[in-house]
Amino acid sequence: MTVTFFWIFGGIAIASALLCITRRNPIASALWLVITLFALAALFVLLDAQFIAVLQILVYAGAIMVLFLFVIMLLNLGRPGPTDIRGPAGLLTATVLAGALLLLLRPISEAALPASIQLPPGTVQGLQEHQGIIGAVANPLFDAYLIPFEIASVLLLAAIVGAVVLAKRKL
Amino acid sequence: MLLSPALAISAVLFVLGVAGVLFRRNAIIIFMCVELMLNAVNLTFVALAQSLGMGGQVFVFFVMAVAAAEAAVGLAIILAVYRHKQSVSLQNMNLLKDG
Repeated sequence: MTVTFFWIFGGIAIASALLCITRRNPIASALWLVITLFALAALFVLLDAQFIAVLQILVYAGAIMVLFLFVIMLLNLGRPGPTDIRGPAGLLTATVLAGALLLLLRPISEAALPASIQLPPGTVQGLQEHQGIIGAVANPLFDAYLIPFEIASVLLLAAIVGAVVLAKRKL
Repeated sequence: MLLSPALAISAVLFVLGVAGVLFRRNAIIIFMCVELMLNAVNLTFVALAQSLGMGGQVFVFFVMAVAAAEAAVGLAIILAVYRHKQSVSLQNMNLLKDG
């Protein structure tokens, strides 16, 4: 049952990603990308990452994609115009390169993890039952990954300042 | 048991993102394709977190923080370029290409 749902949502994600990269209208592209992000959130739930799924919807589908749509509409890019898709030569090159990359990435889906580094099955669910869904993520975040977490806050501050400086006409 | 379907789906999504970057010229759409690639990697992290521990989910957290920062700065750059060129097409961004 879970596997069936997994393939259904995976199929939705792939199909809408394909539509996202082939639509001429940037707004249509952005909306298809939102569908992809929602399907990915569903996949995260099926992979026992409920908190990450909520974050995916709030941060990605909510905040980041609204920012994209906002800029697209601010620049008035939704109007019909010349297509931005490359010509036949560019399409052929892109297809060949993407196909080659897919061939290179294919073995990872068949790779088996060595048993010595795998946790016993049910460890993650056990952690989530014991510490709660959020606690299971928050404990390592504020313990082993505390310094990266603090650095991420500096990164976000730098991004805010950078975005203001870049977007302002005259400081 | 969901590991290999998840890795297969994330590989396909990543390749679609790369293909989008290669065959579009609109800077904003290329940017969205980069987000798609980041999401494909997030799926890999979450899938592996199931058997390798919660560190993978914590990393998705950081990837999201970096993606948010990148989106804010990148879109500001696109806005600044649009003000100069009145276009977001990569064809018009050739200052460093030839004089």
